Amino acid sequence: MKLVKNAAGRLVPTEVNGQQQIPFQGINKYKPSGNKAKPPIRSCIDYPKDGNKVVKDLKTALKKAGLKDGMTISTHHHLRNGDAVTNMLFDVVKEMGVKNIHWFPSASFPVHSHLIKYLEDGTIHHIEGSMNGPLGKFTSEGKMKGVGVLRSHGGRYQSIQDGEVHIDIAVIAAPTSDPFGNATGDRGKSACGLIGFALGDSEYANRVIVVTDNLVHFPCVPWQIQGNNVDYVVEVESLGDPTKIVSGTTEVTKSPDRLLIAEYVAQFLDEAGIMKNGFSFQAGAGGTALAFAIFLKERMKKKNVKARFIRGGSTKYLVQMLEDGLTDYILDGQTFDLEGVRSMRENDGHVNTSPFTSYNFHGKGNFASMVDAAILGATEVDINFNANVVTHSDGYLLHGIGGWQNCLYSKCTILAIPSFRDRIPVIVDEVTTLCGPGELIDVIATERGLCINPKRKDLLKAMKNSSIPILDIKDLKKQVDEICGGAPAKPKVNKEKVVAIIKWVDGTVLDSVFQVVK
Amino acid sequence: MRGRNTNSSAGKRGDSVRSDCYFEIELKNSGGVKLEIKSKVESMYGESIKEMILDMSKFFGLKDAIILCEDYGALPFVMAARFELAVKRLFPQTKKEYLLPIIEQNLYSTKKDQLRRSRLYLPGNEPKFFVNAGLHSPDGIILDLEDSVAPTEKDAAQLLVRNALRSVDFYNAERMVRINQLPKGLDDLKYIIPHNVNVILVPKCESAEQIHQLEKEVEKLKKQHKVKNPIYFMPIIESALGVIKSYEIATASKNNCALAIGLEDYTADIGTQRTNEGRESIFARQMLVNAAKAAGIQAIDTVFSDTSDMEGLRQSVLEAKSLGFEGKGCIHPRQIQVVHEAFAPTTEEIEKAKKIVLAFEEAEKKGLGVVSLGSKMIDPPVVKRAQRTINLAMMNNQISRDWRKQ
Repeated sequence: MKLVKNAAGRLVPTEVNGQQQIPFQGINKYKPSGNKAKPPIRSCIDYPKDGNKVVKDLKTALKKAGLKDGMTISTHHHLRNGDAVTNMLFDVVKEMGVKNIHWFPSASFPVHSHLIKYLEDGTIHHIEGSMNGPLGKFTSEGKMKGVGVLRSHGGRYQSIQDGEVHIDIAVIAAPTSDPFGNATGDRGKSACGLIGFALGDSEYANRVIVVTDNLVHFPCVPWQIQGNNVDYVVEVESLGDPTKIVSGTTEVTKSPDRLLIAEYVAQFLDEAGIMKNGFSFQAGAGGTALAFAIFLKERMKKKNVKARFIRGGSTKYLVQMLEDGLTDYILDGQTFDLEGVRSMRENDGHVNTSPFTSYNFHGKGNFASMVDAAILGATEVDINFNANVVTHSDGYLLHGIGGWQNCLYSKCTILAIPSFRDRIPVIVDEVTTLCGPGELIDVIATERGLCINPKRKDLLKAMKNSSIPILDIKDLKKQVDEICGGAPAKPKVNKEKVVAIIKWVDGTVLDSVFQVVK
Repeated sequence: MRGRNTNSSAGKRGDSVRSDCYFEIELKNSGGVKLEIKSKVESMYGESIKEMILDMSKFFGLKDAIILCEDYGALPFVMAARFELAVKRLFPQTKKEYLLPIIEQNLYSTKKDQLRRSRLYLPGNEPKFFVNAGLHSPDGIILDLEDSVAPTEKDAAQLLVRNALRSVDFYNAERMVRINQLPKGLDDLKYIIPHNVNVILVPKCESAEQIHQLEKEVEKLKKQHKVKNPIYFMPIIESALGVIKSYEIATASKNNCALAIGLEDYTADIGTQRTNEGRESIFARQMLVNAAKAAGIQAIDTVFSDTSDMEGLRQSVLEAKSLGFEGKGCIHPRQIQVVHEAFAPTTEEIEKAKKIVLAFEEAEKKGLGVVSLGSKMIDPPVVKRAQRTINLAMMNNQISRDWRKQ
């Protein structure tokens, strides 16, 4: 495998899984041209006139869709750790004796460790999507046949539009669908809120299969997936475990240190002048982000400030802000708890979005760059403000990128992170894996204080008299090293073997993940 | 050296353990030192962990042993304490101490009249809470060797607290240790006096004699270890007898900086239940305030145990303030800010105090023996209280040091 140094100074392969790759060229330096990819033409005369596309089972649907070796199958992750459909799907693929599938999920969860046996026996060749938990470990140890490809949610949409990934069969788990294939996620016994991450799949795949455990009479209204894009509908007993379909990260942190970080971020937005009438912010799930929303809400109430919109990850805390009149809209990318699901059904101001609207590199603009402040997490940040979200400091892949890279385009990107976790420094000399270039990251908020990117002279000036400690990131790193007992050693990796690549939002290769040597 | 046992263990193990570690040492007759390390931070600190364990083994003279270390991200000061304990459980007679350097940030001392609005209790055997405690800006941090430590882990807490005093940055908070009830608490002193402790909290104090005993032992150790910084005492009154003797206790040593009350034990002692209204302890609290003030030291209130009720805490502090208390115990960092805000003087109090202090200074300048404000005469205790309010407002950043010019 030939490796070259890209514009971020990282070694990346020029070919992955038989496809030529373009090394990262810098932020907004690479601009593809030409036309978007397109799905094959279909004719309505080939589909049932009565609109009933229900077939007996998933196996029948896959057979009709023409499943064969080496195809790309996509799934989505809205069912999270409760997803049974993807596991069921690959059980059938295995049963059919099909090999070398390229699995293209919008994200994976620990529940998908079920698929390790299919990675081992050659049913699945490689994963293009997130490689969470056990799948990350499997990949990091160099056991996957092909090379993993990690993309942001927006990057996934871009890769479909570019034709970089062509989906042969999209399997869409839908909590409610009609026989025509109109589908939604905000109702039904497996309600998960949005299913927007499957939108691109439904529009561009050769064949689209909707799997549901709540088949309703036509029409399913409102629908998020259009039946006109759907080939087959399969009814199953259950899409999965409803108790795990909503995220497990919807509890506000109890950690005093995380609360302090959240409070600093809210104070920062206030003191830096970002929190003003008509402003917008993005905050996801996770204990610190939820606590931040609570602290910010108090400040907004006190100063009588109203946001125009909040980008979510919706949670009950954002829903409360909407219902208390503190924002006009929630522009929702994914739904993290049942209150979010309810609100989506009931509140006109709670709006469905998808990677097409929010994150799309090939869109004529997108929402992410219009957001005044995005509050995100990271596993590591280095002294040049570069950040990592996919591997831990031991080199193992553990998380996906999600919408993280896309959100970096906000007007003020804040990484809210502890300075170290147990004895694992989060502020380091150089990130193990580069996922976000430092030039897009404005503020690091830790329990020890804030580090403001020197290029943001405006923010440095605004925070000059703040009671929050404002630190040079190098000094913070020094503090962390003193506490942890010196700078951490780099993980031992095999530089000859790339196990996965990190794509930037424009489709270029930002970094490589190398095989971890035990 | 060789004790009676050939096996020992120390520390914590299990899936839920964080920032701590577990050691097992098995002495052998030959074979040298064999290490087995299972560490969460192997790839980052594996080498330095190994070096540290070998260095400690050498220091304590372990020549032939099998050492198991299960590490859940313990910081070096924790690892050193756990290893030393495992060794000391094998060789109880050893006097050797594996001491890490004292960090420069902690070489500060405090004053007798230091601001002591909040003091944050940390269980002495739970190191994960230590490192960031100072970031929440309490006036004091208490490393507790008493009630929050299980009887079987007292030896563990002594070493951990000693190492924390040397290695953990307290971010200028007063460095306090609550020792065990005397006479057992006297044994704790050798683990804290040489390591730059600022205040010793003396639980369940019931007589002046106990303070005398403490003072004698502290002086001995200070001399022995050439400790120059002052070390203050904060007796905690937690019984009916203690309340009755509170003035005697308050005046027992020039090193007493405050008297604190502990209401959990006190209410148990008088056979009643603690309530939010606090009617059952009103006598004790007033007695304690009176005794402390008569002795010229601070009166410090008990902890507020419901960590989710911030409004209840605020009311409790306001009530304590109205009784004459100057500080409150905290058991969660989120309580600190609420306590500070509630103890802060109100705008009206500050404005009134400013007028009184200015009138006093004017009277002094003119050589007048009497201070008056408008048609009212101002008594010296009122002036003193006003000066205290101004000081507190300055410490709370409510007014600047040069407020007279503004």
